[in-house]
Amino acid sequence: MPANFDALANAIEQSEKDLLGRWIATLTAAGATRSGQTSDKDLKDACGRFLKELRSALKNGAGEDITGQQWQDAREVLEEISTARALRGYSPVETALFVFSLKEPLFDLLRKMLAGEENLTDVVIASGVLLDRLGLFTTEVYQKSREELIKRQQDELLELSTPVIQLWDKILALPLIGTLDSARTQIVMENLLQTIVDAEAEIAIIDITGVPAVDTLVAQHLIKTVAAARLMGADCIISGIRPQIAQTIVHLGLDLQVVSKATMADALSMALKKTGQKVERVAARG
Amino acid sequence: MHDRLAMALQDDLTNAIVSTRAKGVLIDVSALEIVDSFIGRMLSNIASASRVLDAVTIVVGMRPHVAITLVELGVQLSGIQTARNVDKGLETINRLIEQSESTDADGDD
Repeated sequence: MPANFDALANAIEQSEKDLLGRWIATLTAAGATRSGQTSDKDLKDACGRFLKELRSALKNGAGEDITGQQWQDAREVLEEISTARALRGYSPVETALFVFSLKEPLFDLLRKMLAGEENLTDVVIASGVLLDRLGLFTTEVYQKSREELIKRQQDELLELSTPVIQLWDKILALPLIGTLDSARTQIVMENLLQTIVDAEAEIAIIDITGVPAVDTLVAQHLIKTVAAARLMGADCIISGIRPQIAQTIVHLGLDLQVVSKATMADALSMALKKTGQKVERVAARG
Repeated sequence: MHDRLAMALQDDLTNAIVSTRAKGVLIDVSALEIVDSFIGRMLSNIASASRVLDAVTIVVGMRPHVAITLVELGVQLSGIQTARNVDKGLETINRLIEQSESTDADGDD
């Protein structure tokens, strides 16, 4: 096989500029610049770097196996390009197109240079396999960076969505927003219990206005949180149960084993009463 | 707190309730860092035994992780009152004793 790549390396070396120009033209025609999101200069720069690495890898006798040491530099360039594209919101097709669009100009070039020679088909097939692998590699990297992005956003969401608020002296509020799964319940529970200790709270109001649906699992998680808070010596009040959720709870035959109030305001006034506190309107001013 | 210690505590405590005719038991678990289902059940047993001997039990100062562990183990400490710290615990225990005495008095009338 190396002989095929020798021919390919020679072809690229001899007319690198021409190839680069045609490749960029193909990419631009396919909409790779995304109406100015990637500047022409960036695109040209990326293409030039990749072509250079491709050529030097081939010249060093790199084989078809793109996981090898000789492809290291070329892989790095591709990784950088795909990651940047993944973060900018390119689609997988657009990202993979970066390598695949090199095929057409490259095969054209080979056809011209090896015209009449009998190894033309072999060289084209081998180059095609090589470019396919490199193209798939960009897709893989793209996928990986998207997954990282999603994971990071999930973590951020998790942190954002579980605040414990000190509402009043000895009264905490825990507004829950979004679906309650096991991982979130664990974090919510830990946050709540630690804040109960820190604030010496006696009552925690769990507000579920922002919870879209309550099923048996969510109810189970709520009951666990309430039970843990009770072990710590704090009582819980659940507030913000919407009409549909109230109906669901009844239909499912769930018993939340806890005082519930329709609104946060009701829950707060009950909590104030329980802790022996009172809020009064001051005499009218002026 | 290991298992044998928990058993000894149960024995000592029930004896002490009888000999001092105590009306309330306050268990401070703030130094308890690790619990298992056995310890959870022991706490429950102590509470039940005290109730038979006419004393209320209150557990105070539980750490967050201990509480989570007990909940995850499914240990129901039903019938046990809890409070955040010893002060609050004493307050609650006095209130509970007063309550039970007043109901006893009602019953006598």
